[in-house]
Amino acid sequence: MGIMINILSLILVGLIIWWFLIAKPRTQNVLNNTENSLDIIVENGVYEPALIRAKVGQTLELRFLRKDKSACSEVVIFDKLNVSAQLPINKYYVVNLTLTEPGEFEFTCQMGMYRGKLIVEKMNSHL
Amino acid sequence: MSKENFRQSTRLYIQALVSGIAGCAFMILSTFNMLPILKVGVNQIIWVIIGLVTLGVILYSAASIYRNAWKAFLGHHANMDTLVALGTGSAWVYSFFVILFPMSIPVLARHVYFEAALIIIAFVNFGAALEIQARGRSSEAIKRLIGLQVKTARVVRSGKEIDILIEDVLLNDIVRVRPGEKIPVDGEIIEGQSMVDESMLTGESLPVMKKIGDEVVGATLNKTGSFLLKATRLGKDSAIAQIIALVEQAQNTRPPIARLVDRVAAFFSPAVLVLSILTALIWFNFGPEPKIGFMLVASMTVLIIACPCALGLAAPISVMVGMGKAAEWGVLIRNGEALQQATRLTVIMLDKTGTITKGHPEVTEIISATHWDKDQLLSWAASLEKGSEHPLGQAIIDVASQKKLPIFQVNNFDAISGQGVQGIIDNKQFLFGNKKLMENFGIDIVNNNLRNKAQELASLGHTPMYLAIEQEAVGIIAVADPIKPESKDAIARLKKLGLKIIMVTGDNEITANQVAKQVGIEHVLAEVLPKDKTLKIQVLQKQKEKVGMVGDGVNDAPALAQAEVGFAISAGTDVAMESADITLMRSSLHGVADAILISRATMRNIKQNLVGAFIYNIFGIPIAAGILYPFIGLLLNPMIAGAAMAFSSVTVVTNANRLRWFKIGEQK
Repeated sequence: MGIMINILSLILVGLIIWWFLIAKPRTQNVLNNTENSLDIIVENGVYEPALIRAKVGQTLELRFLRKDKSACSEVVIFDKLNVSAQLPINKYYVVNLTLTEPGEFEFTCQMGMYRGKLIVEKMNSHL
Repeated sequence: MSKENFRQSTRLYIQALVSGIAGCAFMILSTFNMLPILKVGVNQIIWVIIGLVTLGVILYSAASIYRNAWKAFLGHHANMDTLVALGTGSAWVYSFFVILFPMSIPVLARHVYFEAALIIIAFVNFGAALEIQARGRSSEAIKRLIGLQVKTARVVRSGKEIDILIEDVLLNDIVRVRPGEKIPVDGEIIEGQSMVDESMLTGESLPVMKKIGDEVVGATLNKTGSFLLKATRLGKDSAIAQIIALVEQAQNTRPPIARLVDRVAAFFSPAVLVLSILTALIWFNFGPEPKIGFMLVASMTVLIIACPCALGLAAPISVMVGMGKAAEWGVLIRNGEALQQATRLTVIMLDKTGTITKGHPEVTEIISATHWDKDQLLSWAASLEKGSEHPLGQAIIDVASQKKLPIFQVNNFDAISGQGVQGIIDNKQFLFGNKKLMENFGIDIVNNNLRNKAQELASLGHTPMYLAIEQEAVGIIAVADPIKPESKDAIARLKKLGLKIIMVTGDNEITANQVAKQVGIEHVLAEVLPKDKTLKIQVLQKQKEKVGMVGDGVNDAPALAQAEVGFAISAGTDVAMESADITLMRSSLHGVADAILISRATMRNIKQNLVGAFIYNIFGIPIAAGILYPFIGLLLNPMIAGAAMAFSSVTVVTNANRLRWFKIGEQK
């Protein structure tokens, strides 16, 4: 019994590491070359979608709709891109981004609790 | 506080109250043995009812926490809600399991933890409500700036003065501003004059005289006279709108020191989940009886005490308050990186013209070495300077125009950077500039004694410029740029802050030294061409100095960009200085000292917050796990952990808000 509990606990630890740190969210939006606009819902502690893929050279129009009333959700920050925005409640707020270089750009709330990622890939790479 | 924040915090207070009352009631009943004994039968039914009521209260008070935790889980994220939901959820599930199957649990572990779950939720909600209120205060500076904007303007249309909404004012509209009124839009005075209080934007407490041709900035206060202005910048182009945009943007940036937290934040909550399981395992394998009870309490306490919010908030909230505070003093810091760099500066390099001096030179002496009269020399010099943009040249043009002297056509004009100008007037080659220009063109300034006279003038702090016609030096026109009255005090303040002050100028060494002496600067780099300022900074940087460059933001753009921190003195109108890391809204060097002081205070505050949050978590989590239990028998109560967690974020926000009371003025 004791051994079983130990083994199960260690499996649970493994699952936690895998789920939160290794596996990627299934919900992702891939923007093809002609799509530039995307709605991102800020609700219940998450960005939906939280993973966005786009190509270098695209000009993105990210339309944030904040439904979450918690103070934490009121700011979205693209730290590496030096862009931030104060999100009103229940109103769309558009963040325009011009993607000039490939890379992974996290967007978070002020405290880093809400987390999303924008992956910018080179034009010739396959999505 | 905004209406939305007020509603949100009120809701949280009510939720905290409901779960708090329920938790306390449960605790009192339990303390006085007024609850039935846990066993099968009627007692069990009563306990099931108690459990379901508790569940109802939990769901009322913490539904959003559970919902957020679930959503975050689906998105492969763990956050504070995850930890609270798991901690309180496991307490309720375990307790209900004990109620349903009391016999399957050892007697010693047959205990319910409803009161712990309820009181933890009360603390979490209470802390969140306090945090909303404290955060509202931290953004007061920006709200004050927004509140400065004027709603209506009195415009002159078809000869009549009418009040219209500010949005309806058009470019070039003529606007009437009366004494005691706020100036509604940015513009140029076209009639009348007045003293204007610009303190709300520049931090400068003394009103400034504004007359015809001067620019005035919207949202500043007209004190004495009535005047008409022509609207020149409206809406988002106005100075106040640009300041608001710049401060809002800057408030959300992070200093490099916060990047460490960003890296930690991504792993923090999953790491706490793992730690809580390991804690449970350690108690299971090595703990005393009742093992299950200890396992649950210790792992629940680990989940509850961990506070990713305090860590996440530590830097942003201080940056928000610090940037806002700086803006109140007319110091616009571009981003968190500039804020952090400003605290590390070792050298301040000051441009002379327009920075130490007023930047509006006056002609002080005209010496003719030949038969040409002084007005004739002035007339030629003014003609040559017409094509130059140098502020010294403007002084000559101004005098010539006051004297109504003729301005001649100049052909083949050329401005030689850092030396002067040349051109052809009436088929004669003219040169006008400094000693270097004369030397480069091989012109004799020794035999006619002009060099000695020039040196005499320079030793008095004037800038002598030679005029040569057809390779012959014919005279000197000297100009002097008056030193700003506050420069000496401001430089003394900067020295007091431990900074080495260097003056850099294109002026000759004698003039430069004279000015430096008057303001108390020992280190002077004279006769430096504008493009060489960058090189001088690079030399200092190679010597491991951290250089702050102060200039007007236009001529000095490359040097401002090269320096660790570029300070642009904007004189209250041009806000968005691209090359500047810090824009000073008032034309005073005190702004540099203010910027450094507020940056240092903000960084100190961030460090306090970060150290506090790290120490809290580093010590709190092991204590919660029961590390002290083998030594002193201490195992933290999960309710105390809940209180500690709730107040750790509030402490961080409150500490950041202390910056609001930071008085720069007292440091002068």
